[in-house]
Amino acid sequence: MYLRAAATISPPVSFEQILTADSSAQSIRLACAEPDYTKLIDPKMIRRMSRIVKMGVAAALQCLDEAGDKMPDAIIAGTAYGCLGDTEVFLQKMVENDEQLLTPTAFIQSTHNTVAAQIALLLKCHNYNNTFVQGGFSFENAITDALSLLKEGQVKTVLAGGIDEITDTSHAILKRFGLYKRAPFATENIFQTQTKGTIAGEGATFFVMQSGASGNDYAQLKGFDTFYKPVSSKEVEQHISAFLDRQNIKRSDIDLVISGENGDIKNDEVYETIYQSALRGITHMPFKHLCGEYPTASAFALWLAANIIKTGKLPSGLPSNKKPSTVLIYNHYRYTYHSLYFLNAC
Amino acid sequence: MADLKKQIIAQLNLKDLKPEDIGDDQPLFVEGLGLDSIDALELIVLLQQEYKIKLANAEEGQSVFRSVRTMAQYITDHQGKAAE
Amino acid sequence: MSSRIYIAGAGIISAIGNNITENLSALETGRAGMGEMKYLHSAHREKIPVAEVKMDNTALAALSGLPAHYTRTALLSAIAAKEALTNAAIPGFAKLRSGFISANTVGGMDKTENFFSDFLSNPAKGKLRNVVHHECGAATEIVAGILGVKHHIATISTACSSSANAIFYGARLISQGMLDVVIAGGTDALTKFTLNGFNTLMILDNRYCQPFDENRRGLNLGEGAGYIVMVSEKIAQTLPSIPICTLNGYCNANDAYHQTASSPDGTGSYLAMKGALDKSGVKADEIDYINLHGTGTQNNDIAEGTAIKLLFERRYPPMSSTKSFTGHTLGASGGVEAVYSVLSIQYGLIYPNLRFETQMKELPFVPETVFKKGADIRNVLSNSFGFGGNCSSLLFSKV
Repeated sequence: MYLRAAATISPPVSFEQILTADSSAQSIRLACAEPDYTKLIDPKMIRRMSRIVKMGVAAALQCLDEAGDKMPDAIIAGTAYGCLGDTEVFLQKMVENDEQLLTPTAFIQSTHNTVAAQIALLLKCHNYNNTFVQGGFSFENAITDALSLLKEGQVKTVLAGGIDEITDTSHAILKRFGLYKRAPFATENIFQTQTKGTIAGEGATFFVMQSGASGNDYAQLKGFDTFYKPVSSKEVEQHISAFLDRQNIKRSDIDLVISGENGDIKNDEVYETIYQSALRGITHMPFKHLCGEYPTASAFALWLAANIIKTGKLPSGLPSNKKPSTVLIYNHYRYTYHSLYFLNAC
Repeated sequence: MADLKKQIIAQLNLKDLKPEDIGDDQPLFVEGLGLDSIDALELIVLLQQEYKIKLANAEEGQSVFRSVRTMAQYITDHQGKAAE
Repeated sequence: MSSRIYIAGAGIISAIGNNITENLSALETGRAGMGEMKYLHSAHREKIPVAEVKMDNTALAALSGLPAHYTRTALLSAIAAKEALTNAAIPGFAKLRSGFISANTVGGMDKTENFFSDFLSNPAKGKLRNVVHHECGAATEIVAGILGVKHHIATISTACSSSANAIFYGARLISQGMLDVVIAGGTDALTKFTLNGFNTLMILDNRYCQPFDENRRGLNLGEGAGYIVMVSEKIAQTLPSIPICTLNGYCNANDAYHQTASSPDGTGSYLAMKGALDKSGVKADEIDYINLHGTGTQNNDIAEGTAIKLLFERRYPPMSSTKSFTGHTLGASGGVEAVYSVLSIQYGLIYPNLRFETQMKELPFVPETVFKKGADIRNVLSNSFGFGGNCSSLLFSKV
């Protein structure tokens, strides 16, 4: 399966910015660099869209534009939190007005399928349309669904993406759960602090996926797997080794590993273990200092990997004697949801 | 009617419009401003919130919201007998 | 070995019963589940009838084996999913590659909305345990744990078509050899959020709903959960007897007309039903019963009815909306109605469309009003059409 196009609205402004390592933001909360949406989306539809819907729709449209695809055969979104902004607006009004004088717009835009539905509406696309909402597997299920449809053979192109946002309210609540670092750090240092907590992130990332090569693809997605609630790091190692065996890949075949360390000392333990065992000796880089931690962050990792393969360029600080043509992504979310992606240049 | 236009713009998030851009008799729905059924529901809440007028059902909105003038007329007619 | 998907078991909890037996009894005797709000505390309590599951959270907790402070969405899901898996009685289940594909629209909102009142007054207030399961996927995680499923879990949220989509996603994972058995369906609990949301759309009936009736006024909200257990042919052969019902066809299409309203000509509905027929190879005149989406709103019923008129041309099969019994269970509706469809095939049932009085002037057919048992039901079509233009249809067939 091939990644024909990839687009993201994320904290880094662009892939070029990431290459020049100009990303030392001091914040425990990273916010997306947002475009001028009026240039991308019909103004009549923008007026109802909350921030996350604009992010998702814009990333999707940019992606379709790059692929030269006006009508994908399927539109699949993955989002763990859904449309928080409108949910909060409606909830707040409901509480303050004691369930009186409420208005419909916030309610209808709060449903989790709004992003995928608005894309379909804009394109007048009657094809398959789905939205997954399974925490750290939301994006992975979108990919599984896409692969399943492509395998069935009745669709040729699938638009699939992962989207999640932070709002002031959600950030305040997640902070109370102790998820984040207490004090700001320069983000590329979050992995050296040996402390608890990560940094909050958000993003909207979409891909156009096809079963056949177009000759102008970012990369080939050769392998993809997920596993759930492993009981030990030994089990994680076994899953990764088994995955590599199934793909017929040796460690020496992998040019780069992109992994999901998020700066939280407990969260990152398993990565340390893996780099001493199943993935030892391979050049590796984290990605969450760029996009922050959120349930669908693996979509950003996939975008990053796809761009690295397409351009053959690596962020500075990594050994660049060889043009990377194979990339493995390993990420977990809250040690519950684990995913592996293997990409090849094509 | 100028006030009513300002309220409509605010309620429907028509950020790029100014009251002068909406004609008194301009059709609000389908053509003209191109509003839809969700906007109609928003306007029903607007009437209740700002003018304490309650429409009996959504269908009544079709005639009441034809234009800003018909809305203003409806408000004038019903404000005396405003519902709670 | 064929890639047939067999239905090995089913489980349900709704306003008309806490399990299959109770639901069937109510469907047979015409006992609807609507009434005055009893368990949800809303300002609209006396004005809006709803179809609640007739148990408070403490009782649901006891039945589900979960703590009573958990979200009602998870409690309902656990009860129905457990019944389905128990019914299926799959030998060696623990060793199989199993999946739990659930669906819901509200997640833990029943708890969040209470948290929010405290939080709004002071961001340091509100019990965190009331928001820890806010996400839609949390209820699925909880129930997957009870069922002992680890290979694949997913939650779909596409408004009213959610659990229908969950079912056929699960079916594809089996037919493509990724999983051996899948428990799929959905759940949703009544919340003030959804009640008020639907109220702003002015599509709620303040009396008991009358789907597909000329004088229909809107829908009644309901709650519940419904799951089916699907297995591959290989696993079906290990069961005491091969199940007689299969998931034969399915389709997901988008209306792409409006965020909440259906297109007047029912494009999305038509495409979904036609797609399910095409997928299965079953012809329109071989459908023996349609379980309508039939919410009772002006808009849905005319759109769905128009699509049926176009698709079935002269031969209109018996059809009814069981939402006249259960109310609209939102994210659970596809699952609840899949269970009713499977039971229809198993026992030859046709359910009545309660409170039907007057034929819709645009449609040349009327829904069934009498319960039938022992009919020759070979193919059942179940429709789930939702906000966001998300339209899905499932086709169940007797082997």
